Amino acid sequence: MAKMRGAIVVDTERCKGCEVCLVNCPSDTIGMSKEVNGKGYHYAFMKDPESCTGCANCAIVCPDGVITVYRVKA
Amino acid sequence: MDIKEIIKPENLVHKRTPLMTDANLSYCPGCGHGTVHHLIMEVVEELDIQQDTIGIAPVGCSVLAYDFMDIDMTQAAHGRAPAVATGIKRLWPEKYVFTYQGDGDLAAIGTAETIHACNRGENIAIFFINNGIYGMTGGQMAPTTLEGMKSSTTPYGRDYKTMGHPIKITELVAQLPGTSFVTRQAVHKPGNVRKTKKAIRKAFEVQKEKMGVAFIEIVSNCNSGWKMTPNDSNKWMEENMFPFYPLGDIKVEGKIVKDLMKDLV
Repeated sequence: MAKMRGAIVVDTERCKGCEVCLVNCPSDTIGMSKEVNGKGYHYAFMKDPESCTGCANCAIVCPDGVITVYRVKA
Repeated sequence: MDIKEIIKPENLVHKRTPLMTDANLSYCPGCGHGTVHHLIMEVVEELDIQQDTIGIAPVGCSVLAYDFMDIDMTQAAHGRAPAVATGIKRLWPEKYVFTYQGDGDLAAIGTAETIHACNRGENIAIFFINNGIYGMTGGQMAPTTLEGMKSSTTPYGRDYKTMGHPIKITELVAQLPGTSFVTRQAVHKPGNVRKTKKAIRKAFEVQKEKMGVAFIEIVSNCNSGWKMTPNDSNKWMEENMFPFYPLGDIKVEGKIVKDLMKDLV
């Protein structure tokens, strides 16, 4: 079976750093950045880009809709 | 494979719906309101009814919903959203009309409007966000606050002897003949979000068929009001809210599908 590769793009200025995406990521791809955005929140980012499968679970639970998901068959 | 090769328009799986405006959501980090806003707008986008949808914002945290949803919206006095929705729907029967209310709005001050709109069987959809607390005003006790639950006005926990029992308004309206589709969902996990989206879609379809009120309760967290982190509050919600407010369909196509007596005891 072809492996799925995914990637997320986080709108860092909109992200409020609630970490709901982090616990709902099945492949443990997402981490919280050490830097803060303009509002002072630690935003989400891909800490392990290789493991992302593009399942979009993070994006659909994100209360602020900041995550865009891309997926491709590798 | 490089990330730049994956991030291309043809590989897009999920993006923010354009029916949400660019305004920053005024909700606390991790609040379920934002998720529900996005879901409603995604359904409106998929059904292609942006021009024909009218929403009514309540009083409460979601009072500014008209700033976030890119559809025709109005805002009603505290608890009166179902009454305003009734008027709008009767003037424009072919439009899709929904109200978006919290528990302080729908289950406390607006109980009469809610129950009578449901009893009359107006063809509207009611989205009811239940977080068991008055979030915007500082976490006071709401009618839906659980027994023993601490809030700013019940610092020792809600005691039913002096403060009464929490109200299950969703089970209440399910017993009225005017409701067609009554369900209770949540939005804290991807599976729940998908089920909620299906329920919201069904609510608009019920309205198209003119079958009566579609009433959707969404059990949500209020991390600021409960004084927890967003993920802790979601866990607390699973452990404490769901046993009292069990998820699932209560009434489908005008028939009660759940054993209501089992829950009452």
